[in-house]
Amino acid sequence: MKGGLAKISMIIWKDLLTEIRTKELFGGMLIFAVLTIITFNFAFDMTGTGKEASGAGAMWVAFNFAGFLGLGRSISLERDKGSFDGLLLCPVDRGTIFLGKFIGNLLFISLVELISVPIFAALFDLNVFQPLLLLALFLGTLGFAAVGTLLAVMAASTRSREVLLPVLMFPILLPVVIASVRVTTLILTGQTNDVGAWLNLLGAYDVLFLAISYAVFDRVVEE
Amino acid sequence: MNVSPLESPLLASDDEAVFTPRVPRVKITRLTKRFERRGVIRALDLELFPGERVALLGANGAGKTTLLRILATLSRPTSGSVSIAGHLTHKAPDKVRAQIGVVAHQPYLYEDLTAEENLRFFARMYGVADERSRIDEILFMIGLISRRDDRVRTFSRGMQQRLAIGRAILHRPALLLLDEPDSGLDREGARVLERILGYQRTTGGTVLMTTHDLRFGLATADRVLLLENGKIVLDAPATTLNEEELDERLSSR
Repeated sequence: MKGGLAKISMIIWKDLLTEIRTKELFGGMLIFAVLTIITFNFAFDMTGTGKEASGAGAMWVAFNFAGFLGLGRSISLERDKGSFDGLLLCPVDRGTIFLGKFIGNLLFISLVELISVPIFAALFDLNVFQPLLLLALFLGTLGFAAVGTLLAVMAASTRSREVLLPVLMFPILLPVVIASVRVTTLILTGQTNDVGAWLNLLGAYDVLFLAISYAVFDRVVEE
Repeated sequence: MNVSPLESPLLASDDEAVFTPRVPRVKITRLTKRFERRGVIRALDLELFPGERVALLGANGAGKTTLLRILATLSRPTSGSVSIAGHLTHKAPDKVRAQIGVVAHQPYLYEDLTAEENLRFFARMYGVADERSRIDEILFMIGLISRRDDRVRTFSRGMQQRLAIGRAILHRPALLLLDEPDSGLDREGARVLERILGYQRTTGGTVLMTTHDLRFGLATADRVLLLENGKIVLDAPATTLNEEELDERLSSR
């Protein structure tokens, strides 16, 4: 296990170092997320009572679409340059490679959220810095990154990958998208009674799809 | 140090592999690979022994790269089995991967990491014990010690290919798979490759390489295999073959 953790850390180190030097993923994701939040802020009526629901939707649209952008690019860059095969040649369990890539993607998306959430809070005038909401944000992002990493690897070896990734992800991600938006709305409106059930759903989804993605990654990457 | 990379004793410090010529290092049994309905490798049987340098020749589409990718565990066979250093690829792929080094058409390097960072990354992934000294050794051997802190993106094709060879031998593999290793190599790279092939032989390492350069293949290999439509149609010592006949045979396909 110790060896596995060291190898996961190396994959994350390699991805972070590459991103710090190239800025190919993070910049695009962040601009996309912030631009979406700003656009929705001008589009919606912020004086009415429905701003919490609108805000929750806008926030998840921004993060999910920025995530699509980042996930697709993160794997396809490595596939195109052939370095992904070099990674697959290493004598490590393919699940370890999945975990390394998944945690790297989770970090990138979380970093985008870390910067975008305060901007969202200021523009929509909503109190997002609540422990329950941050937990919902984390669980929603975790599920997105788990499924997204697996499907991005599948889509990366196809010609129409930019189109294919969202098409593949949408039906599988639907439960997590619905649960994330719903729980965010409930927390922002202060209706915390049903929050537990939605958070449980998100948690169960994350555990299930993380386990499935880990288990099938080996099959997905082999010809 | 004023020693040229090719004269350095650095390889002499490597642990020598056990040289047991009669026990095959690679054993391929009834190997078949089909893409949809097209058979690329067809019921192929083959044994490769420690210390052998084997050139795999064949026209484009004969199945050379597919065979190498199956041996490298990057591609799963449709049927049949492959055993490398006593481990079956479908049962213990990680143990097989620890025993092989691969040089392919693409260098399998990270362009935005430096030469040293690339080697460090792969050294950790392969669990190389003497990481620091081994990286120095490899960089010196491939003539890139003065460029160790430069990003791979700034390297010429020949330098990238040398670094790719360095990456492939970093963990002292028992089987070296080379897919047209001579393509894109500069003069120094060709000398590095020649030395590595010689070293593999003396330490009992097995080399399987594809090449379109018949002269290079005949000069560097002990044994030549000719692959046609996924089957081996010729298996002979390199010394018994001549370039013109082989060229004619390949051209007629």
